[in-house]
Formats: sequence, C-alpha cells, structure tokens
Amino acid sequence: MITVRVQTEAFDLGAETHALSDGRTDIGAVASFVGLVRGGEIEAMTLEHYPAMTAKALEAIAAEAAGRWPLLDGTVIHRHGRLLPGDPIVLVAIAAAHRGDAFAACAFIMDYLKTGAPFWKKEETGGESRWVEARAEDDAARDRWR
Amino acid sequence: MKLDLLYFAWVRERIGLDGETRDLAAHTVGEALTALSALGDGYASAFAEPHRLRFALDQDFVDADAALREGAELAIFPPVTGG
Repeated sequence: MITVRVQTEAFDLGAETHALSDGRTDIGAVASFVGLVRGGEIEAMTLEHYPAMTAKALEAIAAEAAGRWPLLDGTVIHRHGRLLPGDPIVLVAIAAAHRGDAFAACAFIMDYLKTGAPFWKKEETGGESRWVEARAEDDAARDRWR
Repeated sequence: MKLDLLYFAWVRERIGLDGETRDLAAHTVGEALTALSALGDGYASAFAEPHRLRFALDQDFVDADAALREGAELAIFPPVTGG
C-alpha cells in the first residue's frame, strides 16, 4: 500500500501529499519528512545505490511499518545521483486516520531507511571527495523501535 | 562456488571493479572474503577491516558466517549512509 520510488528526478512534497489524500475522506492525518542536502562546506553529494536491492529493502521497511500501525496510504521516494546543497534527497509521507500513527510510522521508516537501505553518500568539498561514514546515532535511532 | 560479486562505494573503488563473476573456494561469506583478499592489493585493501564491511546475499542483508549458494549474488559494501 505504501508506494516506493527510487529515482534521479526531484520530487514535490505538495504534489505527493495531495496525491495521498485526494478524493478520500477517511484520512485524518498526513505526516511527512523531507531530507535535504545540507550545505556549508559541502559543494555536492553523490548517492550510489544497489539497484537490484534498493526498492526491495525500502518495500520491506514500508511493509514493517504497515504491520505496526494502521496506515491508510503512503509514499517513500529516495533519489540517487549527484545532488547539490538544498536539493531534496528523500521523502516519506504517511497517511492514517490519526496523527499519532502517521507521525510514528514516518519516523520509523526514516530511522530504518538510514541503516537498512543500500545507499552510500560521497561528499565533495574543496575539489576533494570522500565517502560519508555511517553514524552510531543512526543505529541507536533504529534500535529504539525494537 | 561460483558467485556473482558486486562491490559498492569505497569497496568498489579499492577493487577497481563494480562487479565480477568468480569461482571461489568458499562456503561462507567470510571465506569468500579470505579467498578474494588473496587476489591482489586492491582486494586486500578493501577487505582489510572486516568490521567496516556489510554483505547482502541475493539482495538480503546477511552476516559473514552466512552460507553461500552456487550462483548466488554476493554484494560487499560499507555500512549504508542513505536518507
């Protein structure tokens, strides 16, 4: 029921959330999260992924969320390729009857996606590029749901 | 054991390939790493710190002690950093 898309193209939060609730009256809450490329020293970021596995991993995470909370619909979009500061990377939008379920499922999907979807970020700074290291805090954020 | 190997991120860069098919004397993921490490400096460098590696067998995450299957797709990569 939750739609997963992996793409190079940008996405529009308004269009995606509208598509979830358009023509329905059973949805009482849509919670969404958009992750962006944070600037500062970073000049660009390239996201590599494992095409044969990425959608499968995201769909498994979405299915786990749908099993934990009564959700009505949802969209997960993750981009790959080269992105610039301010560009959107990831979108999670979840529709439910009540806000608690929508908020929780949205946070859960992001926490699991950070540690369980096969993407790797490479940052460009001052003409040099380096792979981003995984963070222990991301593992801790995932583990709070166990 | 014939395997379709895939490498991502700095593992791919150190080996200099994004994938290859090889027949390895290995029955587990860990044994495959040992066999690959003997193939050259790029492999040895990529696999020098096993705690920094993660694995997927036929697109599912597995541990280093996971048993290999003939013709399986074994992906070797750093911890993921998406989102």
